[in-house]
Amino acid sequence: MRDLIESALKGHNADYIEIRIEDTETTNISFRGRELDEIGHSAGKGGNVRVCVKGGWGFASFNDLDSIRSKVQQAISQARMVGNEKTELADVAPVVAIVPPHIISDPANVPLAEKHRIMEEYLDLLWGGPKIQTSSLRYADGHRRMFYGNSQGTYTEQSRIDVNFWASAITRNGGDIQQASISMGSLGDFGLVHRMQSEVAELPQKALDFLAAPQVQGGEYTVILDPVLAGVFVHEAFGHLSEADHVYENPKLREVMVLGRRFGGEHLNIVDGAKIPDLRGSFQYDEEGVEAQRTDLIHEGVLVGRLHSRETAAKMGETPSGNARAIGYQHPPIVRMTNTIIEPGEATLADLLEGVKEGVYCKNWYGGMTSMEQFTFSAGETYMIRDGRIAETVRPVMLSGNVFSTLENLDGVANDLEMNEGGGCGKGGQSPLPVSNGSPHIRLRKCLVGGA
Amino acid sequence: MLEEILAQALKQADQAEVYQVTSKSTPISFEANRLKSVDARDSTGVALRIIKDGRIGFSSTSDMSDMDGLVARAVEMLPFGAKASMEFSAESEYAAVPTFDQATADMKAEALVETGTKLIDQLHADWPDIVWSAGVSKSVSSTKLLNSRGCHAEEITSAIGIGMEGTLVKDTDMLFVWEGQSSCRPTLGTVAIIASIERKLHWAEQVAAAPTGQIPVIFTPGAVADLLLEPLLEGFNGRNIVQGSSPLIEKLGSLMVDPRITIWDDPTIPYIPGSGAFDGEGVSTNKLPLIQQGVIANFIYDLQTAGQAGTVSTGSAHRGLGSQPGPDTSVIVIAAGDTTFADMIAGYPKALVVESFLGAGQGNTLGGDFSANVLLGYAVENGVVVGRVKDTMIAGNVYNILKNLDALGSEMEWVEGSLRTPAISCTGVSISSKA
Repeated sequence: MRDLIESALKGHNADYIEIRIEDTETTNISFRGRELDEIGHSAGKGGNVRVCVKGGWGFASFNDLDSIRSKVQQAISQARMVGNEKTELADVAPVVAIVPPHIISDPANVPLAEKHRIMEEYLDLLWGGPKIQTSSLRYADGHRRMFYGNSQGTYTEQSRIDVNFWASAITRNGGDIQQASISMGSLGDFGLVHRMQSEVAELPQKALDFLAAPQVQGGEYTVILDPVLAGVFVHEAFGHLSEADHVYENPKLREVMVLGRRFGGEHLNIVDGAKIPDLRGSFQYDEEGVEAQRTDLIHEGVLVGRLHSRETAAKMGETPSGNARAIGYQHPPIVRMTNTIIEPGEATLADLLEGVKEGVYCKNWYGGMTSMEQFTFSAGETYMIRDGRIAETVRPVMLSGNVFSTLENLDGVANDLEMNEGGGCGKGGQSPLPVSNGSPHIRLRKCLVGGA
Repeated sequence: MLEEILAQALKQADQAEVYQVTSKSTPISFEANRLKSVDARDSTGVALRIIKDGRIGFSSTSDMSDMDGLVARAVEMLPFGAKASMEFSAESEYAAVPTFDQATADMKAEALVETGTKLIDQLHADWPDIVWSAGVSKSVSSTKLLNSRGCHAEEITSAIGIGMEGTLVKDTDMLFVWEGQSSCRPTLGTVAIIASIERKLHWAEQVAAAPTGQIPVIFTPGAVADLLLEPLLEGFNGRNIVQGSSPLIEKLGSLMVDPRITIWDDPTIPYIPGSGAFDGEGVSTNKLPLIQQGVIANFIYDLQTAGQAGTVSTGSAHRGLGSQPGPDTSVIVIAAGDTTFADMIAGYPKALVVESFLGAGQGNTLGGDFSANVLLGYAVENGVVVGRVKDTMIAGNVYNILKNLDALGSEMEWVEGSLRTPAISCTGVSISSKA
């Protein structure tokens, strides 16, 4: 593969050329209710060429690997239609690296019959307890092998194995339908599917509790988030704003996001990095061949760094951070998060609860979105806090806020960091990208809660 | 080649179906008021479904040299596969639904660049403080489906789409406006795009106090698409009907919403992305009423869910290459009422107009519930839009609010290519905002 890529890179007139070739293999099993709904084993092969000429980009993706040289020519002529400035890419020393995959327990070594049997055990857990209307249970594993070379002498071979697991219990009372769900993923560890029993077993009762639970009155509350939802919060409320591609060509936003700006109190520390090992967002080299880093984004409440591709780093005069990622060969790499973390503080959950007369405690996640200034994220479970104690269950809520005031209102960080490795991130039509996020319990004053 | 795969698969299966999609798209992107990249994305892939001894096997690949692997993997799935509640489609004659225009297919990247540049230049000249980005994309894709029951379906579609987004940053206050269109034909209404963006920016010029209390909410066509459609349509999906996870089971023929509401799924409208003569399983498509004058009229099924429900497919199978088909809607049309959008606004002493959302569809929508942050919305005072609202969330249940329909718009608009709807105003939406 190296010969194919390196020979296709030679003899062209462009400022920068990169070629990526991938092959993928996926297995998925899904049940709806008690019945198997879908089982499949699929494969794929394809690649892309990305070219920069005078600051303009051309990109061509394909499945037919025989056409690779003509695709390089095509991408060059496309880039020429665009470029009329100077190509600026942050300097990176060329690397040649064959990276072994991160494997703890390889799903490829587990026969399909065994995967199927394990999922049937989870089905029994979902259906063996309190009476539910239906359920949804899914498993997927994927192996993606990536071969990358660029015209500056970098060549990498990397491989990643993703394992994903989802379960949901659905209850119903007339037209009222509720669900309780769990989503979990791992990088290279099939063992994940042996560790979900207690969480899955709790889902039916939770979904039944939601049916009986009232809706919270909408408005502003003191909100405490568990580590999983706080991870989603940091991803949505701050992570996306730290992606330099939103900022680098918008002069007003560059003023707002100037390094040194205070976002929160001294207890607030946020980092992102694929170099943090063994997580879903971990890797060795990004999709521009830049070595993974660990980037401090907020240190003691102050903005100190951001996430870059080679282009955004060059144009902002900052150091590349190894955050150019693509979900697959059909897409060009864009600036993405990897593993995003609020670092633990000193408090305990009890400290955060103390003195909260009426508030909302949210656990687990459903999803989240951001428009940079505003963000939303939704809880998998919600409870009222009354007189410093977690009290009755209410229907799961959606929370919303303004990033600038919300981080200022983040007034408590506990010491119990946990990582959330479920779900995936979507941006620019590329979803889901494997990321992780994590946090200890945190407390937000004056957080907007949607409700009745 | 598909015939060979079919023949090879039938050596090991009772029935087989091959589905191939080949597409070429040319997305052009503009960032920060100027052209950023020209892309060309070619893709091709084949999916194989087989049935043996009443069980379904499936595999797909984008590696056209690996057809033996494709068949072997599908066969490997059989012992574990889902119980087949269907046979594959035996249709091979379809009514014509035009979705291809040679003029779209012939458009060069240069022409797309020119269309985008003109729009960006005009908007940038009119609104120099706003940073504009845009995407203009053309695609042509061909679909072919063959199966062992004699189904032979082939279709080619063309599509062109354009989306513009403006970002206005004033310190930490950010305003986002978006407008887009798509069609199978190369006739995009760029004048309408600019007019719509100008109206949004004009209404958003001032920031108004966030509304409180029980006031009517006016959903623009874009807001209907963004927030109401998913929780509404999920209840019609055959998968949810079969699983009992729809609030509409046993409601066929019942009045569920205001009698002014009529909704149908119509993939037979010519030149609309989402239209087509046959669905993802080679079953003919039809204009299918979902709600007729407030009464639940039909659910949507593919072959498998129809078999499970003891009914017939409504020609609603949708599929990508990587997974098996499932029922979904194609082109939704909501019938117009008799109130103009201007009269709707003018008629309220106090109201909230909502245009776009953040977090729509992010919670449990199975029972028709919705909840979202209002990304772009405006306050109405004494029949006049007075400015944009911020830090506001709305929540409710789509069936409840359509029961409390106040006014139904008379102007229908195409939104995102595959929804045609008027504006809708309702009471009974909860509004929460920052103190």
